[in-house]
Amino acid sequence: MTVMETATASVRERGATATKAAPLLQVRGLRMHFPVTEGMIARRHVGDVKAVDGVDLTIGRGETLGLVGESGCGKTTMGRCILRLEKPTAGEILYDGVDIAKVSRRDLLALRRRIQVIFQDPYSSLNPRQKVGSILSEPMRVHGVEPDARRREERVRELLSICGLDPNFADRYPHEMSGGQRQRVGIARALALNPEFIVCDEAVSALDVSIQAQIINLLEDLRDRLNLTYLFIAHDLSVVRHLCQRVAVMYLGRVVELAECDELFDNPMHPYTRALLAAVPVPDPVVEATRAFQPVTGEVPSPINPPPGCVFHPRCPLAVAQCRRIRPELRELRPGHWVACDVVQ
Amino acid sequence: MPPLLEVKDLHTEFRTGAGSVRAVDGISYSVDPGETVAIVGESGSGKSVSAMSLLQLIPDPPGRITKGEVLFNGRDLMKLSEEEMRHVRGGEIGMVFQEPMTSLNPVLTIERQITETIEEHRGTDAATAHARAVELLRLVGIADAERRLKQYPHQLSGGMRQRVMIAIALACEPKLIIADEPTTALDVTIQAQILELMQNLTRRLGVALIIITHNLGVVARYAHRVNVMYAGRIVESGSAAALYHNPRHPYTIALLRSVPRLDRPRQARLDPIEGSPPDLTRLDAGCSFRPRCRFAIARCAEAPPPLLPAGEPGQLSACYRANELGAVSGEAA
Repeated sequence: MTVMETATASVRERGATATKAAPLLQVRGLRMHFPVTEGMIARRHVGDVKAVDGVDLTIGRGETLGLVGESGCGKTTMGRCILRLEKPTAGEILYDGVDIAKVSRRDLLALRRRIQVIFQDPYSSLNPRQKVGSILSEPMRVHGVEPDARRREERVRELLSICGLDPNFADRYPHEMSGGQRQRVGIARALALNPEFIVCDEAVSALDVSIQAQIINLLEDLRDRLNLTYLFIAHDLSVVRHLCQRVAVMYLGRVVELAECDELFDNPMHPYTRALLAAVPVPDPVVEATRAFQPVTGEVPSPINPPPGCVFHPRCPLAVAQCRRIRPELRELRPGHWVACDVVQ
Repeated sequence: MPPLLEVKDLHTEFRTGAGSVRAVDGISYSVDPGETVAIVGESGSGKSVSAMSLLQLIPDPPGRITKGEVLFNGRDLMKLSEEEMRHVRGGEIGMVFQEPMTSLNPVLTIERQITETIEEHRGTDAATAHARAVELLRLVGIADAERRLKQYPHQLSGGMRQRVMIAIALACEPKLIIADEPTTALDVTIQAQILELMQNLTRRLGVALIIITHNLGVVARYAHRVNVMYAGRIVESGSAAALYHNPRHPYTIALLRSVPRLDRPRQARLDPIEGSPPDLTRLDAGCSFRPRCRFAIARCAEAPPPLLPAGEPGQLSACYRANELGAVSGEAA
């Protein structure tokens, strides 16, 4: 084993043990339903978009949990509930023992200091009329963290250099920077309040391949250096495999499979996870030539009227009669490997 | 067999406030009948502009094709009148774009968008065009064709809309389809469905395909040949197998090393390409990858290296040190 491999293995182990210790975040029975209405004046409630429909998750301190799935599976809504940008319909989100869903306004402010977010699009998530220095010092002003202006300025320069940018970028506007540099500013802003937990919502998806690798490395370095916990929401499975210790796969508002990273990718069990992995082409023509590939048919059904029973049954190659009636719960089929399917063993 | 398409020394410029940008700076390549050729590159590498230039779809001003020949079936498209070009576009060469919602007309039914192409290029009557539209929708795997024809684009899902785009591209039995990031806006499972469909149809109907993409996995699965672009030039070209297993340009090598792999456990930190792509308004005389290249030598600053044979038969690389890179790339694979 090389030094690098040993280091990687230790990171993975740390993630595994962290899960067993008291979790930092515990999501229980989370539901987020958005009402669908008809009529302009007398609004009638005609249904609900069940964006998140009964999700349980835990994230250990120092762990990186990947949340993957296709558009509309509810992964971003999950992140927004954890940030309390949405108030969930039902369920609890315990952060270090405090329920985020029910916390008072004053306590929420304190919580927000500990939980931060990095967004996908570095072009729309930075105010174009604010200089980078002001973007980075704003969270400190709002939370009264660094009342002294000189100290704030120092902290801004420090944040920029932690994120691999020249400290003089504080005087620039976002449009004067490249996409990769802007995403570094977005990361620096998330770090301004010394958080413990960061929701990365498609944080590297909008970047070109060569820049993406730089940002992935930065996120890894920061995690190790500042002992951060990440919820890494992404649709790019190869990035998730590289960065995460555990992975949850979502489909139509539910978690269908949850396992340690390598276990999930080497030994996927849920038919949807298998279809998802098979659909991703690997950058190697020789490997590709040996893969027998049959794309999964059909499209994701509407979350307003999800199919009864298992939500994946209309597209599932293994579906049997009972899948149309009974909603499968997550079962631990192998140690630490949870699958919401009653057919696979 | 002569190639279906031969691009020779194509140059496209854009005049901007900051100066003239050579978006496509002298590229040459060919496409054989029935072949799938991928053009790979990052944002701003000129991959889309090069394809739009083939069809003369460059807005002028600010853009202008300044030089080059595009021989398609023996004719130079650059010498055709606008009227003749209109018959080529959508007739002999089909097009599929990234965002089907913006390339379909939102106020026309699906039927009208397909039959318009057929009537315009073939001069057929409405009944024949309708029958052909039904046939095309079945061909691209849309069930319930008669009902779908009466719908508008917003009533279809993203994957369905892209199928309609493919149906339109195939409507006049083209010899070549140009697909610009055809699946980038789609989810992974839908992306796989659309790419399989395009591969099956191009094989069955013998249509050649130029696919423009930034996704190295898509290239590995579907392309016969690959052109890698950087800052307006082709820096490496060859069979997909040669480029992935024996790359001979530092940019290709670095690109392959910088992507995480789904099929392998994590090995080490990623090896990114440091720096950013160059500002195209400030290119100097040398190789434009030089500032980010770990193999750069003094000579790289003098003149851009020409695209010359290196590595395996049919493989070309625009690097002075292409022949030394064999050992390095072997270690990368």
